[in-house]
This record gives sequence, C-alpha cells and structure tokens, in this order.
Amino acid sequence: MYSFDYKSPSSLSEAVAMLQSSDDGLLLAGGHTLLPTMKQRLASASDLIDLGGVSELRGISVSGDAVTVGAMTTHAEVAASSDVRGAISALADLAGGIGDPQVRNAGTIGGSIANSDPSADYPAALVGLCATVNTNSRSIAAEDFFTGMFETALAENEIITSVSFHIPKCAAYCKFPNPASRYAIVGVMFADCSHGMRVAVTGAGPSVFRVSEMESALAQSCAASSIADISISADGLNSDIHASAEYRAHLVTVMAKRAVEKACASC
Amino acid sequence: MTVSISMTINGSSVSADVDARTLLVDFLRVNQRLTGTHVGCDTSQCGACVIHVNGKSVKSCTILAAQANGADVTTIEGVANGSELHPMQEAFRENHGLQCGFCTPGMIMSALDLINVNADPSEQEVREWLEGNLCRCTGYHNIVKSIQAGAKAMREA
Repeated sequence: MYSFDYKSPSSLSEAVAMLQSSDDGLLLAGGHTLLPTMKQRLASASDLIDLGGVSELRGISVSGDAVTVGAMTTHAEVAASSDVRGAISALADLAGGIGDPQVRNAGTIGGSIANSDPSADYPAALVGLCATVNTNSRSIAAEDFFTGMFETALAENEIITSVSFHIPKCAAYCKFPNPASRYAIVGVMFADCSHGMRVAVTGAGPSVFRVSEMESALAQSCAASSIADISISADGLNSDIHASAEYRAHLVTVMAKRAVEKACASC
Repeated sequence: MTVSISMTINGSSVSADVDARTLLVDFLRVNQRLTGTHVGCDTSQCGACVIHVNGKSVKSCTILAAQANGADVTTIEGVANGSELHPMQEAFRENHGLQCGFCTPGMIMSALDLINVNADPSEQEVREWLEGNLCRCTGYHNIVKSIQAGAKAMREA
C-alpha cells in the first residue's frame, strides 16, 4: 500500500469536513474491495477516512412502505434482520448470499453500491426494489445512481447515508454465482411492487439494467412461462474467463424465470 | 503516518504506535508475535487469517490494525484454557480434522463464530458456513465432522 493519513471521524459532519479538506481522500467502509485494491497499489489515497466509528450510518428501520438500511450496515446484519426478512425476504436472501460469512461481517451496503462493481449483488436489489439512495446532500433514485462500470452519480465529497427500499407485494433474487468468489455471474431481482413489475439484472452487463420486455410480459401475466421465450441480446454484455457474453445472455432468462417462480411461490 | 492504537487481545490490553498501513494480521503476527493466525492468500479468500473482532469472525488480512482500535480481539491463542484444549480444538484432533494444519486456526475461529449463531448446525449449514475457509488437504469431510462434534461437546459442556 502507498502511504496515507488515517482519519477516524465520529460523526457524519466530521467525515464530510475531512473529505472536503483532503487532497485526494477516500472513504473506508467495510474495506473488502478498497483494501485489497490498495494492497495491489491500484488505488491510493492522501487520506483514508474510516466511517467505522460513525454510528449514525448504521442500523435498519421499517416505516410505512419502506425499509431503510444505514450505509454502514453490514451484509450479515441485513441478512440476519427479522425486520428485513419480514418486509422483504428477497433482500435478506440477497445479503446472505454475498461472499462468505467473514466478508458479510465486514462488507457494507454503502461501500458496495459506491463501488458499483458490475458483478455485485446489491445493484440488482436497489434497481429491482425501486430504492432511493440517500446522501448527505440529496436523494437519488437507484436507476440514476448506477451510471456505469464502477461509476455512480455520487459527486465529489458526497457520502451515502442510507438506502430506502420500497416494500414489494412479492420479490425474489436468484443468481448464478462465480463458484470461487460468489460474485454474480448473473443475478436477477424480480419484484412486483406499486411501481409495477421490475426485472433488474446484475453481473451480465457493465452496470445493472432492467429488462423492459420481461416486465411488460409479466404485467400481462405474472408467471415464469410468460418470459420463457424472451431472450436478451449478448451485444455489450460482459465476457471473461468465467462466462461469455452469449452465456450470460442465456443466464438472464434462466435466472429471471427462477426469480419469478420463487416470488410467485411466496406471494 | 503513525497511528496510536490500543485494543484488547485475548483478554490483555495492548497499546502500540504503528504505520497506518499496518494490517491487523501483521500487527498480531509481527508486533504481538501471535503467529497462530496465518496468512494464506492475503486476498481475503482463504480464511487462514480468521480471528474475532468484537465477537464476529473477520479476515484479519483485510482490516487495518487502526480499524480495530478499541476493539476486543480474540485469536486462536485465546481459545484454549491454559494447556487444556478448547472442545472445538479437541474435536479437530479427535476427528482428524487437519493434516498440514495451516488452515486450522482460521477453521476453528470460523467454526466458533458459527456456533455463536447456530449451536447445532447441520452438515449442510457447516459446509455453507465454510465458504470462506479453504483447506487443500482434507477434502473438508473431517473438518465438517469435527465442527459438528465440537458443537456437540460445547452444547454438553
């Protein structure tokens, strides 16, 4: 790792001030992507601002039609929360399938979405469940938040404070995990919510995307059979040693069907 | 940059000044000479470095020592009662749950965190929990057997 100044704020306002006054500061959340990247000297920071001591960024609350998860809440906390499980079991399932138990004990929702990894699970949850990303200065609709591969709408010195998810009528997440890392080769969140049908796909493309053709078909008839013949184009999808673009395109339909089946079974 | 840190390790208070870049695993092994915690991959995949921070299992190669400032840390050296092995350690010995032993400290620390949340895990639950702990010798079968035996001994203790 290149050298940095370590900062440990105890409040959000202190963290914002530290970020603003740094030359090239980075926020440290769970650190499970940032620290490995810094070890390889692929990332460096003048100041590393550790959000671990900012208690106002932690916690889960349910009110009305929304579940709000603090940015520094770990995947293990989301997976184990009876509030989350009761309101959106698909979200608890998704969080419980990220990485491994130790990764889930450290990794956070805020860190995950700020990184916007194309294979991360949470982007599918945010877009599929019509979530809103709350920051220290504004609220951003999930679809506007993820702007590309490792790119988000976050401005300089902006810190994610929480994510609010709409509670759907029913929802389910199914993924085809990379057998080593458990990152999604393809993951699909299906939700039937007040905004209509949502099919959100992670892992397949440079960033999370919706499949409008499947959403329209499901609005007509909410069954896996309605989307069985809908295939998406492999153009522009990711291709690597784990799966070709064509294979990922095929998996989108397979995972979407499974997600719809699972959601319908619990509806 | 140097940071001043203090934490409790296996029940003892420890304070030190370290480079901000120091990983917790290096602080434990190099500074504290607690070499039971191993570095296998250094990329948060193998689980040889698993320890407990505030009661939760984490990979100590992917956390800065500074992040554990003020924390309660337990390593493999902290689980036995003097020369008497912890029931989970005894179960690994009894069930041939190790061959070369390199992964064993991480396996045991991970297993103890599992027992904290699930005192009587099924074989499938143990296998799923071990997602983040790699063993290249045993084929896992005897590790799973050991953890279930250790869990039973802990329930009966």
